Amino acid sequence: MRHILSILLENEPGALSRVSGLFSARGYNIESLTVAPTEDVTMSRMTVVTTGSDDVIEQITKQLNKLIEVVKVVDLTEGNHIERELMLVKVRASGKEREEMKRLADIFRGRILDVTEKSYTVELTGTGDKLDAFIQAIEPGAILETVRTGASGIGRGERILKI
Amino acid sequence: MSKEVLTGAEIVMRCLAAEKVEYVFGYPGGAVLNIYDEFFKQDKVKHVLVRHEQGAVHAADGYSRSSHKIGVALVTSGPGVTNAVTGIATAYMDSIPMVIISGQVPTHAIGQDAFQECDTVGITRPCVKHNFLVKDVRELALTIKKAFHIAQTGRPGPVLVDIPKDVTQQQCEFDYPERVELRSYNPVTKGHTGQIRKAVQLLLEAKRPMIYSGGGVILNNASPQLTKLVRTLGFPITNTLMGLGGYPGTDPQFVGMLGMHGTYEANMAMQNCDVLLAVGARFDDRVIGNPSHFFRDGRKIIHIDIDPSSISKRVKVDVPIVGYVSDVLEEMLRLLDASQDRPEVAALKAWWTQIKEWQRKDCLKYATNDLIKPQYVLEKLYEITGGDAFITSDVGQHQMWAAQYYKFDKPRRWINSGGLGTMGFGLPAAMGVQMVNPGATVACVTGEGSIQMCIQELSTCKQYHIPIKIINLNNRSLGMVRQWQQFFYGNRYAESYMDALPDFVKLTEAYGHVGMKIEKPGDVEGALREAFKQKERLVFLDFITDQQENVFPMIPGGKGLTEMILAEEL
Repeated sequence: MRHILSILLENEPGALSRVSGLFSARGYNIESLTVAPTEDVTMSRMTVVTTGSDDVIEQITKQLNKLIEVVKVVDLTEGNHIERELMLVKVRASGKEREEMKRLADIFRGRILDVTEKSYTVELTGTGDKLDAFIQAIEPGAILETVRTGASGIGRGERILKI
Repeated sequence: MSKEVLTGAEIVMRCLAAEKVEYVFGYPGGAVLNIYDEFFKQDKVKHVLVRHEQGAVHAADGYSRSSHKIGVALVTSGPGVTNAVTGIATAYMDSIPMVIISGQVPTHAIGQDAFQECDTVGITRPCVKHNFLVKDVRELALTIKKAFHIAQTGRPGPVLVDIPKDVTQQQCEFDYPERVELRSYNPVTKGHTGQIRKAVQLLLEAKRPMIYSGGGVILNNASPQLTKLVRTLGFPITNTLMGLGGYPGTDPQFVGMLGMHGTYEANMAMQNCDVLLAVGARFDDRVIGNPSHFFRDGRKIIHIDIDPSSISKRVKVDVPIVGYVSDVLEEMLRLLDASQDRPEVAALKAWWTQIKEWQRKDCLKYATNDLIKPQYVLEKLYEITGGDAFITSDVGQHQMWAAQYYKFDKPRRWINSGGLGTMGFGLPAAMGVQMVNPGATVACVTGEGSIQMCIQELSTCKQYHIPIKIINLNNRSLGMVRQWQQFFYGNRYAESYMDALPDFVKLTEAYGHVGMKIEKPGDVEGALREAFKQKERLVFLDFITDQQENVFPMIPGGKGLTEMILAEEL
């Protein structure tokens, strides 16, 4: 099962490597990991997407909580949540596929950020599935470059992760 | 009043004094010269100069294990740290509270591949409870306070503080906080009352109860509470290798150590009980073998541990209780006191009858011949020391025999590397034990393989007059490796034979100690008596033992608790 873990941790050098080191040392999966400071600059918020059985996820959560710099861990997938990922994709856009590419970007609510004679750079946000779908909709040869942030997540409604 | 302005090195020394550190085990080098200069200028904190940094950390570890104080080691940057890593990992696996201070190249040189530079925080990260790199002298005192706080609270463990050389030179106002709070570190220490109530109820309803306790009882000084609980309930109890001494080893309710080399009765009772109370133990692979074999439908498991991640890690439990085991056990005793209920007498009696039948296997019986049996040496060691010595050990067959044949009635008397299984631990650990327990009888049970891994510390023992006794069970082979090769590798003894051994008597004498070689069973007792009479001297007893002797019972790797090989079956 896929889980999104939201982690509040001290914004200190080395904190990221403690988390990533924990995952590699104990053989846990990381599908994606994003991290940046919060409104309180002494604290960072990390989102880790991982997969594993319930037992494994329970262990991951416990092990994360054991790290001295980790303040709080929440499994967002345990309740209602919102998940978004940002992708920048540079696609070939020349001749008759130029118009087609523009239309496709519109359908996926993408924004074209940069244009050359032969290419578009498209910004796309959504769930991972949506981004995958966009990539699948394009002929593979037309993709020049992609970069994805990995998922960020937040609880819906009153679910708040803060100290 | 304005605060004192001190250098980083002075601050380190003041912090150690404030933490009432008596001994620092260490080895100097370029990056820690300023700190060493401060040792020279004061006499509150004593320094013990080891011969290798691994020895420093093991000595600090033995110091801590035998005293419930924090062990402190000091090493220099680069190789000083890498040599210390084995010791740090050893302490980490057994949850020993320690603070390791390491020197680092100056802050401006970090990352430049400077002389004796290594990424200390990176290298030690997976084997410490926490570590710090101090980049500003103004953070030094607070960081050291945090290190001591983290090391000894919650599940204990080693904490490393890496201090660049320029930080030890810089000055700032010194202020050592009395206490420290970390918003991200608040271990749960008080067990959940509802869960404790449930646990007591389960215990009272048990027909075939079993109590299994580990190193957590020792670390948390919970032996009195555990002993009282076990006696109140009348239940059988087993200890893990790390938990020996947590319950008196000579008590009739004690059924011996469990696990890979545990007693037949302990393993059978573990497997066949209907309610299991695990106290400060972690169901590791050497204890229960294969978890799928261990699983029993209908058996209820209660697990008390300070570390939530130890609970339901390998074995699913029914009643998890997170907290200090001493507090939880005390709460259980209170509930028992208040309750009219007692375990069902008939069922408990039938269960004990079953256990006594298992005990009749006499699984620790061994055959004798005209060679020295290692088990016999340990039985005699137990007799001659009145069962009251501090015993450290290395790793291998001798470690298992010591655990099986020396009965520990008190906690913190059995000092061994259980988790990491570090050969070379015994001698330096014994130094730390003797330093913190001057006048006590301290023996290091070892083998000719293990002892050579840290034998240089015989020199430290000479310098500081450490009169430990070394019981070398010399079978001219890496016994546990040889045993596995005999059982599982068709007698192909690949590289497990120790050729070209030194003359240990001469070697010991060269270091300025007393050496004895014992080759006949009839001489064992006399030699031990003679050695322990020499209270002021280190005596190295080289017992030439039966090379073919194996450790029984034995559960082969990956098997279940009841799949033991017994001596009589071969």
